[in-house]
Amino acid sequence: MGRVKLPIGPQHPALKEPENFTITLDGERVVDVDIRIGYTHRGIEKLMESRTYTQNLYLVERICGICSYAHVVNFTQNVEEVLGVQIPKRAEYIRTLFLELERLHSHFLWLGVAGHEIGFDTLFMYTWQDREVVQDLLEMISGNRVNYAMNTIGGVRRDISEEHRKKVLEGMDYLEKRAAYYKEVAINEKTILARAENVGILKPKVALKYSAVGPTVRASGITVDIRRDDPYASYTETPFEVITTDTCDVLGRVVVRVLELFESIKIIRYLMEHLPSGEIVVKVPRKIPEGESISHTEAPRGEDFHYLRSNGTEKPERYKVRTPTLANLPAIAEMLKGAYLADVPIVVAAIDPCMGCMDRVLLLKQDSDKPGEIIEGDQLRAYGIKWYAGRGWKA
Amino acid sequence: MKVPGKMLPKIIGFIFKKPVTVLYPKERLTPPDTLRGKMKFHLDRCINCGLCARDCPSGACTMHEIDSKKRPVFDLDYCTFCAQCADSCPKDAIEMTNEFELAHYSKGEAIVK
Amino acid sequence: MVCREGVEGINIVLTLLYLLIFPGFLFLFSFSLFTQYLDRKIYARIQRRVGPPFLQPFADLVKLAAKEDVVPEKAERFMFTVAPIVGLAAVFAAFLYLPIVAPTGLHSFDGDLIVVLYLLTIPTLALFLGGWYSGNVFGQKGGMRVASLLFSYEIPFFLALLTPALIKGSWKMADIVNFEVTHPLALLVSLLGFVIGIISLQGKLERLPFDIPEAETEIVAGPLVEYSGRRLALLRLTRDVEMVVGAGLIAVIFLGGPMPLLFTEPAYLSWIWGATMFLLKTLFVIFLLIVMKSAVARIRTDQMISLAYKWLIPLALIQIFIAIMVRFMGGI
Repeated sequence: MGRVKLPIGPQHPALKEPENFTITLDGERVVDVDIRIGYTHRGIEKLMESRTYTQNLYLVERICGICSYAHVVNFTQNVEEVLGVQIPKRAEYIRTLFLELERLHSHFLWLGVAGHEIGFDTLFMYTWQDREVVQDLLEMISGNRVNYAMNTIGGVRRDISEEHRKKVLEGMDYLEKRAAYYKEVAINEKTILARAENVGILKPKVALKYSAVGPTVRASGITVDIRRDDPYASYTETPFEVITTDTCDVLGRVVVRVLELFESIKIIRYLMEHLPSGEIVVKVPRKIPEGESISHTEAPRGEDFHYLRSNGTEKPERYKVRTPTLANLPAIAEMLKGAYLADVPIVVAAIDPCMGCMDRVLLLKQDSDKPGEIIEGDQLRAYGIKWYAGRGWKA
Repeated sequence: MKVPGKMLPKIIGFIFKKPVTVLYPKERLTPPDTLRGKMKFHLDRCINCGLCARDCPSGACTMHEIDSKKRPVFDLDYCTFCAQCADSCPKDAIEMTNEFELAHYSKGEAIVK
Repeated sequence: MVCREGVEGINIVLTLLYLLIFPGFLFLFSFSLFTQYLDRKIYARIQRRVGPPFLQPFADLVKLAAKEDVVPEKAERFMFTVAPIVGLAAVFAAFLYLPIVAPTGLHSFDGDLIVVLYLLTIPTLALFLGGWYSGNVFGQKGGMRVASLLFSYEIPFFLALLTPALIKGSWKMADIVNFEVTHPLALLVSLLGFVIGIISLQGKLERLPFDIPEAETEIVAGPLVEYSGRRLALLRLTRDVEMVVGAGLIAVIFLGGPMPLLFTEPAYLSWIWGATMFLLKTLFVIFLLIVMKSAVARIRTDQMISLAYKWLIPLALIQIFIAIMVRFMGGI
């Protein structure tokens, strides 16, 4: 059939969020990939500059729905570092509890989505049912299923009662059984193996060259985990292991995520059994002094990196976010070369793409020799009206 | 040789069991008490400091003058139910209930005074 | 009940009744909608969901028929329209030859098994042509995948269905069905063929795990992508009717169809009994297809082709060999 350019996205059932992968196909094999991002850019960094730190807590949460708590922890850690305050121990434990609960729900979600991409809807339904247990626990403690609004600058806002603690431990017992079932099914089911083995190969050297992060790179045998390399919250005290496999393919990523479920359950059990008593918040002033700080955490998808610059007022001067999906995206182009067309959705899904998080940068395409222009908002609106009028649409 | 269909033994049993779907609105799940739903405002405790309106991230809480007393008015169309107003209030005049069935037909209908 | 005797008024009426009501058009139409309902309901219950209500497939068909029917600019109008109609006509015609109430169908002759198999291939070709002429790159890719599947699954299906014909030594479905009653152990000999037949039928029908031409997450509905309105309704109906006809064919050839007939007199009682037996056996085969659909993931085109050529065809050949041995040794 010759070479065909197939656009996957921005609207495509394989993608949960809009991005464009224009793949050049030769028969059923992918020859080249051209990635375009920017479809869900919302201007959050600019918005943050016009809100106070307290208001920004809730804006930062909404960068993403699945890894929202990692972003808030980064933000509060940034501000606390600039202020120089140390949050109480109990608050650190509660923050870690939520980070790990979020990892649990994100990995269950991912198992379901990966199952759906390869056509295994039964796995999708089962994993999302078990995810409801985690969501109910989160709702019980924090008051909401996503965007928990648990953090404040200086600690956390809500406390964990004895009843909540017991319920969390019960939930962990149930989830451990389910995770064991998925470990048995996902790794031993012949059709999943047929779709995931030797697909989307990312060799360690290439992974390091493109600086991939998270389970994507841990499946290539590289031990990179911010919880171990640069501990924050209470990761200095909780025992856990960094899971790596060295198969470098999609199956490795499935295995890494399923085994990380067990590690998260282990961490949560330790936290709930050793919860220290005490305060949960320290008082902080409204105006943050001048300073800069960076903070990174291990979100369920990889390393999430934030930078803050404050200037002594109530509002931050500049805030920059770099999410893990952005780091993994160039690696997709490498993984897809030489793959079959049928593998494209599962390879894209294997890095756990969260395009909503990721669209933080503007991508300027240099198609011609003309230098780029900057267009004001009103000009853009007039241009849009003229363009549509030229196609016969009434304004 | 691995045979496909590892999930087979378990799933046949599910054909005859009750589905896990909750048939809303005939059946309802009870939300926990800690759910952040609609807020309740106690006018007698309000001291008119305006901290709630300053800290509201979405502009749902605004100060208005009604009956020659300034007080906050909450517009649920803008509210993100974060409960920052409840935390900022020094007199605990704002309290979050767990009422979450707040659908309404037109903008401006859901106001808490 | 065959229309061999001349042109008598009552025979024409009976034949028309047979063609249009039972077990012709109306019966097949409602039965295939019922099996679609069962398919979706059992699939949902396995996943612990509720599933659609009883009239859902009918409602879907009516809704689709009422929608606007768009033919894209780049598509070939004639082929685009004709493909679904030809596919549907072929499967309806194939059903008429199956023995439903009695060992003979509407018209039984030597070689009617081959005719039914041939007619069952036409919907796949219709899907391929419909996708190819739709003028969309996704449709053409889907069409090519349908063609690759055609090369993989027709052969084991034919070979597996050959086995009982070989054991009896006749191409007539009526003879095969009668043979199964007198020699029930023939079922055990062709067990391997039964399994292969079911797997190949799942491939022919393009259901999970073989639904790569219509993979929703990859090429957005494959050859069906540009169809809408009435033509899409016809294509979906073809898919459902093909499932009933294919399952019915397997039920007849391997499980004995409407046999064993318990009542021979009066005529209507034997029809009801035969039809019920046929329906139960078809539903059993369909249940197996549904369970297979929910337990596995989708496999790629190249993996499917290698599955067909490395496993199914050699096993089918072994089954034929066993059948020939049994025939000669048993002296049947």
